[in-house]
Amino acid sequence: MNQNLLSSRSETIIEVRDLAVGFGDRLINDGLSLDVYRGEILGVVGASGTGKSVLMRTIVGLIPKKRGTIKIFGQDTDELNDSELQAIEKRWGILFQQGALFSSLTVKQNIQLAMREYLDLSEAMMDDLAIMKLEMVGLKPDAGEKLPSELSGGMIKRAALARALSLDPEIVFLDEPTSGLDPIGAGEFDELTSTLQKTLGLTVFMVTHDLDSLGTTCDRIVALGEGKVLASGDMDAMRQSTHPWLNAYFNGPRAHRALGSA
Amino acid sequence: MPPQRKAFDTALSGKTAERPELLVEKNTQGLILRATGAWTMLNGRTLETLVSQIPPSAGRHVIIDLKGITAFDTLGALVVARLRSAVENSGSPVTLPDVTSSQKALLAEVNTKPPEVKTHRHFAATDVAVDVGKGIVAFGRDIIGGVGFLGGLMVALGNVLSHPSRFRWPALIKQIEAFGFRSVPIICLISFLVGGIIAQQSVFQLRTFGTTAFVADLLGVLVLRELGLLLTAIMIAGRSGSAITAEIGSMKMREEIDALRTMGLDPMEVLILPRVLALVICLPILTFLASMSGLLGGGIVAWVYGDVSPDVFLSRLQNSIGLNTFLVGMYKAPVMALVIGIIASIEGMAVKGSAESLGRQTTSSVVKSIFMVIVVDGLFAMFFASINY
Repeated sequence: MNQNLLSSRSETIIEVRDLAVGFGDRLINDGLSLDVYRGEILGVVGASGTGKSVLMRTIVGLIPKKRGTIKIFGQDTDELNDSELQAIEKRWGILFQQGALFSSLTVKQNIQLAMREYLDLSEAMMDDLAIMKLEMVGLKPDAGEKLPSELSGGMIKRAALARALSLDPEIVFLDEPTSGLDPIGAGEFDELTSTLQKTLGLTVFMVTHDLDSLGTTCDRIVALGEGKVLASGDMDAMRQSTHPWLNAYFNGPRAHRALGSA
Repeated sequence: MPPQRKAFDTALSGKTAERPELLVEKNTQGLILRATGAWTMLNGRTLETLVSQIPPSAGRHVIIDLKGITAFDTLGALVVARLRSAVENSGSPVTLPDVTSSQKALLAEVNTKPPEVKTHRHFAATDVAVDVGKGIVAFGRDIIGGVGFLGGLMVALGNVLSHPSRFRWPALIKQIEAFGFRSVPIICLISFLVGGIIAQQSVFQLRTFGTTAFVADLLGVLVLRELGLLLTAIMIAGRSGSAITAEIGSMKMREEIDALRTMGLDPMEVLILPRVLALVICLPILTFLASMSGLLGGGIVAWVYGDVSPDVFLSRLQNSIGLNTFLVGMYKAPVMALVIGIIASIEGMAVKGSAESLGRQTTSSVVKSIFMVIVVDGLFAMFFASINY
């Protein structure tokens, strides 16, 4: 996909400028700027410890930043009061790496938690919606009655995605969605992400290490390193980069195997 | 940005949401249902009532017109699909002209006939019977499990005794510090206060007979035989028993116990034995300290409130208390430690994957330990009475 075309056509849904995040004296992200455009699937890559998950957690407000601005839907998160922030939180869904399903609730109750909290719906309607979300992520309706401890790794990811989609969000954050899945399961999850993105008109912010996901699903890739964005663009742009880490990552043997076949 | 998205944005950010409507028009061909407004989650209730109020179509052709919809999400799709299947089930043909591609994609996701999820029927009387039965079976299993666990612990102890170099001394010392040393202040304080309260009550009653000095006899027997031990055991069950259950339980949750086993290490030997041994070592010491501070508290109150001078108090104590009274309390202490340690470890190992289960097992560990401490104390009382000790 032509990147200039994409950026000129779509509005910026998340705008990060000069972001610095760190713990103690150590800065993990330092002077990081990033745009996420509406309707794209953005893949965020980087070596371990380059602050991919930290970036995601900072954008959604779980980690305080030391410097910089984050604008979501054009609103600066620093200037919003609690209720305005809450309104924004209802417009995104987050898939945590381990799923983070509430272990004392069934899958169905997990999906319905936010609905129960924020919407006025009848029980029957919430049940139907939960079943619909389960089917959208490729789970059978009877999985809704199970507890998270009774699910397999792949089912946990899917159930957690169904929970992330419970309020029909506009942005979905995925933290390593395919980690811990077998290659077939990971491929199915990638396909699911693309399908849902089209059906629901989602914007997807995906932190991943999976070269297959990056190659087949993502519209645009952003590579992090040294606390900043090293490069952004599509797969071809990444492969032409001269940065040593990017070169090793996108032109290494694993990359050739993954992308050669794709 | 597609228009339906924009409307949804404003809707969820708490501003005005366009009220959804479903207008019914009749013409020569049949019924036209015109949907307008925001068909989204925020209007869930309204949409449900709208759809339930449509008139019977009586076999006429029905057109559902979605052109006027300004915002559409999964709930909107669900409601439209329900409406369509309701009309179709009443025997009327339905058409949806002019559906946008995004609406079509959402509608395609709806499975109009969700399979029934099986639910159990409940009867109060049978439920009670079932619960009672399950409770009794669980109690029996607890006893058998406890005895089995004690056996396992003894095997581990035997292994360690035959290979003393395998024993984990640092772990034992660490647990003694956590269970014993750090419990000293609170246990001494509680015993001191309870000793004082008992002395005050005793002096108050004995005053009627003019025999306040006998407070020393009462206090001595009570504290040394029963109270020092019971208070300590109950405090330790709450303080250290719960810690053992929580530690072992969270290790079980994170598969750390399995990891130990696969490395050829016996969790019984590595985790449980040091903890139980630490309790067996600490509880007698703590019981002794608790008894002494109980006597001290009682003595001070007897002196200040009952005018029993320390000399009188001590000589009465010496007359009335034999070594056996003191030893009764001390003999019981290691047994209580074993009871608390075994129950706490069993409950910890019983933790399943969820946080809720950890909480449940920790609660049940404390409740069961305290209950068993009191039951075992009762058995000891009967035993010592029958051998006149």
